[in-house]
Amino acid sequence: MSGEKDLEQLKKEAAAKAKAAALAKMKAKELGEEKEEAPSEDLDIAKQKAAAAAKAKAAALAKMKAKEQGEEKEEAPSEDLDIAKQKAAAAAKAKAAALAKMKAKEQGEEKEEAPSEDLDIAKQKAAAAAKAKAAALAKMKAKEQGEEKEEAPTEDLDIAKQKAAAAAKAKAAAAAKAKAAAQANQSSEAGDDAKAKAAAAAKAKAAAAAKAKAAALAKQSGESGGDDEKAKAIAAAKAKAAAAAKAKAAASAKAGGAAGDDEKAKAIAAAKAKAAAAAAAKAKAGGGTVKAEPAEEAKPSPNQPYLDKYIRVIEEHLGNDHIEDYYINNLSKDVPTLVAKPESYYKIAEFLKYNEQLGFDYLSELHGTDFETHMEVYVHLYSYKNSQSVALKVKIDRDGPTIDSLQPLWEGANWPECEAYDLLGIKFNNHPNLHRIMLGEEWVGHPLRKDYEPYDVEV
Amino acid sequence: MVEDLLHSQPGILNFGIFFLLATVLLLVILGFVTYAILAERKVMGFMQLRQGPNQVGGRWGLLQTVADVLKLLLKEDTIPKLADKPLFIIAPVIAFAPSFIVIAAIPFTDKLQFADLNIGLLYYIAISGLTTIGMVTGGWASNNKYALLGGMRAAAQMISYEIPLVMSVLGVILLTGSLNLNDIVAAQENVWYILLQPVAFIVFIIASVAELNRVPFDLPESENELVAGFHVEYSGFRWAFFMLAEYVYMFAMASLTTVLFLGGWLPLFSFLDFIPGAVWFALKFMFVVFLLIWFRSTFPRIRADKLMEFAWKILLPIALANIFLTAIIKEIFKLL
Amino acid sequence: MLRTEEMLLNVGPQHPSTHGVFRLVLKIDGETIVEAKPVIGYLHRGTEKLAEDLQYTQIIPYTDRMDYVSAMTNNYVICHAVETMMDIKVPERAEYLRVIAMELGRVASHLVWFGTYLLDLGATSPLLYAFREREMIINMLNELSGARLTFNYMRVGGVKWDAPEGWIDKVREFVPYMHEQLKGYHMLVTGNEIFMNRVKGIGTYTKEDALNYSLSGANLRCTGVKWDLRKNEPYSIYDRFDFDVVTRETGDAWARYHVRLDEIEESLKILEQACEQFPAEGEILAKVPKIIKAPKGEAFVRIESPRGEIGCYIASDGKKEPYRLKFRRPSFYNLQILPKLLEGETIANLISILGAVDIILGEVDG
Repeated sequence: MSGEKDLEQLKKEAAAKAKAAALAKMKAKELGEEKEEAPSEDLDIAKQKAAAAAKAKAAALAKMKAKEQGEEKEEAPSEDLDIAKQKAAAAAKAKAAALAKMKAKEQGEEKEEAPSEDLDIAKQKAAAAAKAKAAALAKMKAKEQGEEKEEAPTEDLDIAKQKAAAAAKAKAAAAAKAKAAAQANQSSEAGDDAKAKAAAAAKAKAAAAAKAKAAALAKQSGESGGDDEKAKAIAAAKAKAAAAAKAKAAASAKAGGAAGDDEKAKAIAAAKAKAAAAAAAKAKAGGGTVKAEPAEEAKPSPNQPYLDKYIRVIEEHLGNDHIEDYYINNLSKDVPTLVAKPESYYKIAEFLKYNEQLGFDYLSELHGTDFETHMEVYVHLYSYKNSQSVALKVKIDRDGPTIDSLQPLWEGANWPECEAYDLLGIKFNNHPNLHRIMLGEEWVGHPLRKDYEPYDVEV
Repeated sequence: MVEDLLHSQPGILNFGIFFLLATVLLLVILGFVTYAILAERKVMGFMQLRQGPNQVGGRWGLLQTVADVLKLLLKEDTIPKLADKPLFIIAPVIAFAPSFIVIAAIPFTDKLQFADLNIGLLYYIAISGLTTIGMVTGGWASNNKYALLGGMRAAAQMISYEIPLVMSVLGVILLTGSLNLNDIVAAQENVWYILLQPVAFIVFIIASVAELNRVPFDLPESENELVAGFHVEYSGFRWAFFMLAEYVYMFAMASLTTVLFLGGWLPLFSFLDFIPGAVWFALKFMFVVFLLIWFRSTFPRIRADKLMEFAWKILLPIALANIFLTAIIKEIFKLL
Repeated sequence: MLRTEEMLLNVGPQHPSTHGVFRLVLKIDGETIVEAKPVIGYLHRGTEKLAEDLQYTQIIPYTDRMDYVSAMTNNYVICHAVETMMDIKVPERAEYLRVIAMELGRVASHLVWFGTYLLDLGATSPLLYAFREREMIINMLNELSGARLTFNYMRVGGVKWDAPEGWIDKVREFVPYMHEQLKGYHMLVTGNEIFMNRVKGIGTYTKEDALNYSLSGANLRCTGVKWDLRKNEPYSIYDRFDFDVVTRETGDAWARYHVRLDEIEESLKILEQACEQFPAEGEILAKVPKIIKAPKGEAFVRIESPRGEIGCYIASDGKKEPYRLKFRRPSFYNLQILPKLLEGETIANLISILGAVDIILGEVDG
């Protein structure tokens, strides 16, 4: 299944996961168990943090697409997410949450677990808003779907009674009816949820609809998680959520209409989100946890294109057997990192310096490290032309560490290589004056090697 | 007084008197050096937000230099193993002796002078050049590369700056028509030569600072490049001799400047002539010394090659032009 | 022609103008340098080796001793590296304290450079003036951190001490005072003919050379490269301040002198704004675990120290000590160009060139 593959990829890139999850859920209705796993993972990730806003948007986009499309859509959402980050309307987040909830309702036991986690997170606050939205969606779905959904509403209602405003309930009922009507037509196809949403959105514009959703959400959340706390939070957040929900609803409605134009949908969503600003902000604060997953994984992308470019250019000119590995180092301000093969290390460095598209004219840092399994030389290069950094690494044999010198390329590598030679014993070929720069030629051993024993004449 | 002695019959008594006078003069000069050093430290301290000496000898640190000199005299006398010993020992003496000899020709007042030489100015310039030999000798004998470089710089600098120094003074000599320092002072009865010969004065001051090896021309001992230059290997009282020579020259050069350009012991205005000449001389002299100290705390050190350039390409032409102009103006006035 | 002979001259490791235990083996012909060979390592203390057995917080005092003239930036770079790895959000107030401390340190560092450089050139007074102002800064930092030079002030996640009462006002008052003093410096030194003779056109290199030799800081900016990590890769809260990156085009010691003095002005601008924006309340230390453990992986961060680009590389295996710690020490890289610059120069120029590079031996030797 293409859906399965997507899920795996998504795991690698956190951002993609959230979207994928959203898609997966929709699909889940159609598909098997695998989808169920994905959401739960997403939830875990969500706890970590990340900007809720960005995620929300991504989710929103994903939803729209998901509704309309098949597998291809799965790819699209990941791109959308990137774009979505730029804006980060809180409303969008709420939607994402909503989708998640819907999925949960549809899916099996695992989904139920996931929500409960969410609820924990939700305690922090405004997550409630997002949930509310999700609940609204869920309700729609529930109408269409099987038995579980039926149960959920009933539970929801119970919970709702505890708090939610009566008015909200009334509205919810109204909305639900409207939705039900809309769905009745489309109910046959799960993929037509979008339409349902669109319809709902239209209605949602009326404040009543939003409220209804909020109420519904409250119920659902209570049901899914079984946590009354959530319900409370939801209740509090309902007002906010309502505002956000409206915005979202509108967005979704539009999205549903223009299924093909994700971008437009996003733009619209963003605009709405801004309108909802205050409410959205609150929602974000709360929903942060839920949304965290997509945002975190979305981060690397600013430098991802650069890495892709480097790799492309290198492979175009030098062939593809020179690079051992390449990745974005998330811990180090997302610096694109290339691991060269020892025999091509100099060649790649030379290429990085002289290629017009790369132009790394500045060697910022060079040093070695003893990793016990191997030695590693780490070079940090900078291109003043393109304002881009790259880290070039090479793994070399620990027992006879020898590597080409970069001194002919950057004079600045002269002393650092001497230092690496002095402290680690790495020999640099073609270095004009490799000497023990710090300790002196009489020193025995290389202190930064992990197996270094100080030499003492008297012992 | 001294004139009479000079023209009297040689004898034990006369020798004794000369010796005694010389000793007195030496003590006076040592006294001056002691307090010149203190003054320099105090003035520089004042200019550099510091206190200067303030412990030994009361809050003005009046005995600080005495303590310093005592310390130097008590220090172990070290001579590097590979040094040229005889030269190493004699170098400080060669450097110091001329500085003391030149003082003899300087008239402090119309009465207080040791030797009224008709070629007093020439005598001063000729003798003062000898000190450089002491520096080069010391630099060479130390068998140290820094010292050698310092000694060589001293020689080059002396050769370069002696010339503008003499040339600048020629203007004064032209106006006076005499090399006798007493005559030169007398010729300034109405107006000082600093006003008649301003260009010469500026050239002279610059060249004299260079002759004194003081900032900004302290290249032979430039601490930051050559560590201490020609006297890097000296310590104790040998080193003290070099320092002594430097400060005695400061005394001599300030006196000479006073005599040549500031009217010697003559009062500023004639109605102020109730103040003794010695006081006037001291005031002007102190002004010059202060100027030298002021230079020291203000200027960075000039670079060796620029120093030569400056002497040969700027100071010398200016001094020559000054002579030329002076000669022309003097002839014109004569015709009038 | 006289027969002349080249001779070897050891400058340092004990020499008044090498700013520490730096040694140069010169081959000279008269006073002209034919070849210069720098020898370093006299102050190598093995900070990186020591750090492998220390917890992150324990390493911070060691960084004080690398660039002992501007220890605050050293403090910052290691904290910043760990924070980057652990993704710690530093509280606002702490960031402001850090920036103020670092900028004060930058001013102090440039003042020391100004004073000692002029002293190298034979002028004694500027040193005393520069140190008067520096003393005020050091007193302020002393009040802040409890130490005059080795501050050990920053921690992973924030700073150790909050600003004492009225401290910010002191900094605020210092800014206009320093502006005034700078004018005095310019009057005393900048226009001086002798000084210009010593620095103008001395130690010139091109932009290409500067990049090739991995120069950074004022040594790079003096060739016209508009590059300052505070501006180009903003860290901490530097993107909130309005300041310029000072550059000069000529690439000589004169340009470096101007870049540094003007950088004092820019730092004062930052200080002024930071004091304005300084939050009245707030935490000074983020919630960090008692024992700091950087996640498994590696990170390299670089920031702008007064001497250039100071970087910190940490490879962590998830334990409380770094697996490998490496500092990119700007003086070490900046000094590499020295032999090239000295060739054919005189000994007097050696001092102006070496001084203008602005090295700190503690940093060169690591």
